[in-house]
Amino acid sequence: MEALLDQFFNVSVMERALPLLLRGLGMTLLLCLTVIPLGFIGGTLVALARLSRVATLRVTIRVLTDLFRALPPLVLLILIYSGLPFAGIRLNPFTAVCIAFFLNSSAYYGEVMRAGIESIGFGQWEAARSTGLSGRDTVAFVILPQAVRNVLPDLVSNTVEVAKLTSIASVVSMTELLYSADMARSLTFNASPVVLAGLFYLVLLWPLVRLASRLEHRVGT
Amino acid sequence: MERFVETFLKLSVITSIWPKILDGMLITVELGIVVVISGLALGLVLALVRTAQIRPVNAIIVVCVDVLRAVPPLVMVLIVYFGLPNVGLTLPSFAVLWLVLALVLAAFAEEIFWAGILSVRRGQWDAARSTGLSFIETLAFVVLPQTVRMVLPPLVNRTIAITKNTALGTVIGVPELLNQATTQVSFLSNATPLTMAAIGYLIIFVPVVLFGNWLEQRYAFRKA
Repeated sequence: MEALLDQFFNVSVMERALPLLLRGLGMTLLLCLTVIPLGFIGGTLVALARLSRVATLRVTIRVLTDLFRALPPLVLLILIYSGLPFAGIRLNPFTAVCIAFFLNSSAYYGEVMRAGIESIGFGQWEAARSTGLSGRDTVAFVILPQAVRNVLPDLVSNTVEVAKLTSIASVVSMTELLYSADMARSLTFNASPVVLAGLFYLVLLWPLVRLASRLEHRVGT
Repeated sequence: MERFVETFLKLSVITSIWPKILDGMLITVELGIVVVISGLALGLVLALVRTAQIRPVNAIIVVCVDVLRAVPPLVMVLIVYFGLPNVGLTLPSFAVLWLVLALVLAAFAEEIFWAGILSVRRGQWDAARSTGLSFIETLAFVVLPQTVRMVLPPLVNRTIAITKNTALGTVIGVPELLNQATTQVSFLSNATPLTMAAIGYLIIFVPVVLFGNWLEQRYAFRKA
């Protein structure tokens, strides 16, 4: 028992690793604040493109969505970060992570937003247009606000997934929370820094997890 | 353009390493299958235990599920893989990945099954019980059949998302698809193995994604 505590909850190791982890946490927050809006905007555009009158656009977007849902995000990230340099395109880790996340989470947010838009009855479109709103205004002020409300639980839980996913940026040596924690682990031969990083994620995301599951159950009943 | 083909689809690389990529695919599929079976089974059992409404047990399940939903799987993989050997318990990397992903899948599956069970109306329970079915029989023959149909689409989507995390195995050296590819990349200084890995993942997961789409449409049709 004592060995377990010493290995996983070693307070003195945690204390020493704390400054490093806090810097990593800052980077993780920055990453989240970048990739979550990017993914959400991308996903909304994806969902709107699926309503387009141009069949080629609809089909292309659909195929791409399915491809990016089938491809593990880590594979995408490594392909962009370690693959492109062989073709002479060298990206810094932050850019590589942003591109990979944009492609991956646009697909997921896109599916959620599509479900939301489909949940709005056609009468809403007709009514909005007949009051003189343009197509763009109808989407922005009538359809999207209601769509977001209808799929709020899925949006929240998808956002939690994206936030958790930023931990894979550590694989391309981006100095975010998990990377810092793992560095501290390899210096101290002790898993406590990684446990501490886990606690950070927990504190950050638990409220959202609770919120998502409460919203889900409310919709369900 | 030529440079791109040379970098990402070099024929000589493809012909020389495809057996290794195939080995990796096999391990990815094996891992995926054991994770899906054990994760879904555990998730269902937890949801069923929760219907018994024993307060302390339910509280423990809810807390564990929340933790597994809030902490990134890669964090848990690193904790288990690098932490346990120091307290005298060494698990092979395949087992670590299986354990972590199965637990994560179980947590999400429990939530989904539980939401499904809750959505079956109270009257169904009362009617079944009043015809003389026991609690267990009601659960098995009346509630679960209705639940499964309802939870299938979200369950399939979530299962795909979690099973794709088998690629995280590359970080701890599980010789799965991505790991085989990155090893070859550093041997050959060419990105073709990564393209092959990406195609391998698409071969494995696109059919499952399409199956999920099909389920969703079928489900939407029934609701209407």
